[in-house]
Amino acid sequence: MRSTIFALASAPGRAGVSVIRISGPAALEGAARLAGPLPDDRHHGVRTLRFPETGELIDEALVLTFADQKSFTGENTVEFQIHGSPAVVKTVLLELGKMDDLRLAEPGEFSRRALENGRMDLSQIEGLGDLVNAETEVQRKQALNVMRGQISDQVASWRHDLTTAMALLAVSIDFADEDVPDNLRLEVVRLVRKVAAEFRSEIEGQTISERIRDGFEVAIVGRPNVGKSTLLNAIAGRDAAITSDIAGTTRDVIEVRMDIAGLPVTLLDTAGLRRSDDHLEMIGVDRAIDRAGRADLRVFLLDSDDENFDVPRDDEDIVVWSKADINPRHGGVSGLTGVGLDELIENIGRVLQDRSAQAGTITHVRHRVCLQNCLRHMGSLEDGRSLATDSELIAEDLRRAIQELDTMIGKVGVEDILDVVFSSFCLGK
Amino acid sequence: MKHDFDVLVIGGGHAGAEAAQAAYRLGVRVCLVTHSFSKIGEMSCNPAIGGLGKGHLVREIDALDGVMGRVADRSGIQFRLLNRSKGPAVQGPRTQTDRKLYREAMQGEFSNRPDLEIIEGEVSEFIFSKGVVSGAVLLDGSRIVSKSVVLTAGTFLRGVVHIGDRAIPAGRMGDKPAAKLGEFIDSLGLPLGRLKTGTPPRLNGKTIDWSVLELQEADPDPTFFSFLTSELAAKQVSCGITYTNEITHKIIRENIGRSAMYGGNISGVGPRYCPSIEDKVVRFEEKPRHQVFLEPESLSDYVIYPNGISTSLPEDVQHSYVRSIAGLEKVEILQPGYAIEYDYVDPRALGEALNVRDIPGLYFAGQINGTTGYEEAAAQGLIAGLNAALAASGRGPFILDRADGYIGVMIDDLTTNGVIEPYRMFTSRAEYRLSARADNADQRLTPMGIELGCVGSERQDVFAKKSEALSKWLGELKSRHISPNDASKSGIDLSQDGVKRSAYDLLSYPNVSMEQICDLWPDLGMPTEIEFDVVCDARYSRYVERQAADIEALRKDRARRIPEGLDYASIDGLSNELKKKLTSIRPEDLGRASRIDGMTPSALTLILAQIRKSEYRKAL
Repeated sequence: MRSTIFALASAPGRAGVSVIRISGPAALEGAARLAGPLPDDRHHGVRTLRFPETGELIDEALVLTFADQKSFTGENTVEFQIHGSPAVVKTVLLELGKMDDLRLAEPGEFSRRALENGRMDLSQIEGLGDLVNAETEVQRKQALNVMRGQISDQVASWRHDLTTAMALLAVSIDFADEDVPDNLRLEVVRLVRKVAAEFRSEIEGQTISERIRDGFEVAIVGRPNVGKSTLLNAIAGRDAAITSDIAGTTRDVIEVRMDIAGLPVTLLDTAGLRRSDDHLEMIGVDRAIDRAGRADLRVFLLDSDDENFDVPRDDEDIVVWSKADINPRHGGVSGLTGVGLDELIENIGRVLQDRSAQAGTITHVRHRVCLQNCLRHMGSLEDGRSLATDSELIAEDLRRAIQELDTMIGKVGVEDILDVVFSSFCLGK
Repeated sequence: MKHDFDVLVIGGGHAGAEAAQAAYRLGVRVCLVTHSFSKIGEMSCNPAIGGLGKGHLVREIDALDGVMGRVADRSGIQFRLLNRSKGPAVQGPRTQTDRKLYREAMQGEFSNRPDLEIIEGEVSEFIFSKGVVSGAVLLDGSRIVSKSVVLTAGTFLRGVVHIGDRAIPAGRMGDKPAAKLGEFIDSLGLPLGRLKTGTPPRLNGKTIDWSVLELQEADPDPTFFSFLTSELAAKQVSCGITYTNEITHKIIRENIGRSAMYGGNISGVGPRYCPSIEDKVVRFEEKPRHQVFLEPESLSDYVIYPNGISTSLPEDVQHSYVRSIAGLEKVEILQPGYAIEYDYVDPRALGEALNVRDIPGLYFAGQINGTTGYEEAAAQGLIAGLNAALAASGRGPFILDRADGYIGVMIDDLTTNGVIEPYRMFTSRAEYRLSARADNADQRLTPMGIELGCVGSERQDVFAKKSEALSKWLGELKSRHISPNDASKSGIDLSQDGVKRSAYDLLSYPNVSMEQICDLWPDLGMPTEIEFDVVCDARYSRYVERQAADIEALRKDRARRIPEGLDYASIDGLSNELKKKLTSIRPEDLGRASRIDGMTPSALTLILAQIRKSEYRKAL
């Protein structure tokens, strides 16, 4: 018999309402021990929760029953919406924990059950995880699409194409002695090339999707004491980096996470770039060059035209003039007075939004690796293998590609990746 | 007459013959009951053995020292290797067969073994003793006692032949069905279904105008089935090729209501890949013509088997549509085409040894299990015969899995997922077809057969010699190395990574041929008879290596046995549909459970948990 699990499904701590979820074969029974007769399936009702032993009142709760196994987890589920007091929550959890047939859920266990019971596939679960963690509007949209099955649908369509190609190969192999059309090979090549092209563009787009998920890095680059930290603080609206007038104050890389135009952005304040005898400072400078080079976008904060840094400059990188409060000029900013700040933020937002438009369907590195493996298998068609003489090898490669594709939504080899996926979940989700 | 045996085989078709021979090779006392000795080895349908997937089965039968391969070699009149231009893993040896020579050669395999008892008669029921099948009763009341029984009833269980609206009870044209046995099998409570299959009219070759037809010749260098055959036994002949046309199709369409199948007289399901001409015309309306092979049935008569126009239309319609075909304008029909409908047993009632799981001592093989084809039947006969003999000797079963070869694939498919139409072998069914090839059937299976004791001394010698040569020459190829730079000088393009490759590695690349290898190492001196096997081995080596992990996983799951009587209903979280399937299929191990239609990884996890729980309970 499967165990019945429970946990606090809402955030811990003081709140207006807290939600406790119970899922599993004994969910209805267990809930009824505290709440008495439950509302009908898919109905809600107000109940008083009482200590089973004494009948003493614990709290008043809104109780929701899902008895038809069509709940989130695919099991019988009851949810208690109780007053969000740490004491009430603790008492209810303690009382549920005393029951022999119930136990506290492990991290990610509700989602895991949704997956195991076929309520969601693996990519949808990942989407759910991203949705719960979404901080910005674009993140929310992307995660919601994934959770609602956008990747699953896309994989299904690729799988259909590759399966068709395999079926055509099977016809050409197993019915070679019969009257089969001779254009089958062309169709196989067409299908495989089409899917391969889509894989390639998804792989490119994944970097962007991943940025939307994890945040874009924008580095502020400039000479020491040019006002980078002041600028960062002004943009962030708070004192995140230490600012002082002594050149080279920022020796480490300071990060500030914020929402720009609906996108998650991590602003990096790097050490001022200059040669120095100070060993410690040079470590900071090297680190700054490294981080700035890897960032998605760089804002160069300059004093004059002739400044050169070891950091390569992309076409889309933004150049602004420093300390516009002292030297007012076009394209100047000042962290002190706020001059040019709105324009700079708008610029950063515009560049990143343009990039986001190229985001692919797939969002995780796992998806990208999966598609890259698929491509490797499908490569044999473009690798000197001929459909006329090597169809059995190509068929085997396509079979592998489909197998690999299946792991994207969790059809096979699931156990291997489950742990990784669920380790990023927290209790009760 | 001694009526006490270890193994009783009922039926003398392709499954029965192979089953009796297999049991006999294991050294037990075997009896075969058939209507008539003269019908042993009869080819009731097309006069051909082998083909794609089927050729693999024959090679595997042969590797276990079965009879079909060598009998087909002795009677083959048009050897052709199918898919010759494709990779060796999907090539299929096939031959047109002289029906008379085949029958004679097969019957010879029995006349040679006087202690393999043959009784002419018809079985009416089984003898049971303490719930175990222990023999059979014949129509005349005589009893044959045996430790195990193999039933190979073919299409004889409640068989009905249909020609238009005529329905004739028959096992095949001209033979009575096994009516009593059919009723008896029904009474055993096994899950039965109806299937159908069809044959075309047989034509008089002397009335065919061969001059207007394309001809298909035999291969100049025949590819045999048996690893023991080295020479052609019979004269090689050509087949004619002709086509149906719009007039043929019009005649068929106008009379479609008179077809037994379309007239609603047949409830059984027919195979999609071997459709009747009615089916072809209705389902592929846009096709202006369908190919027809005119295959000689024998060197000693003029009967022609027109492959591609099987039918259950009335005789007068057959007459007019056949005569609308080019070359057949004046043809004489010797025997009308017909459809036959028969009972089969849902093979999910069987274990992997082809044992009926609920009836100890009983084994089923051949068409009764829902398959079609001589080769499929014979391969099952082999496995059922071996296992019946092993059980009679108190030994454990002999089971081939999907990685062992096509026989394993077929039996796993049948017993795990049943059939929805007569089951035929295809290479596409075998996921390990790159390693389970026709060329290496002996390397895969003969050692198993030797260990089991079903391989005779002649084959053991041939096998030992070939294996020795194979390992010697594979070793030679693996020990000679060349740098990419030197290889490119000989026209072999490799990535210039400086890594030396062996001659064996080179052969696994596309477009590297044995000739190029011989150019690089002129002193190699490999004998030509071993070359093909060596090249095949090298060609697939990298793929086979990759599949090794899959096969390991497969075997790990197989090793996880599911206790008989596991209570699936009590596993919470399993869908009702899966519970129902698992309860009826009762998979023997986790691997087989995983291949049940609709199975999910999470359901497997639940089953595994249940197995562990029940093992734990047992340990207590």
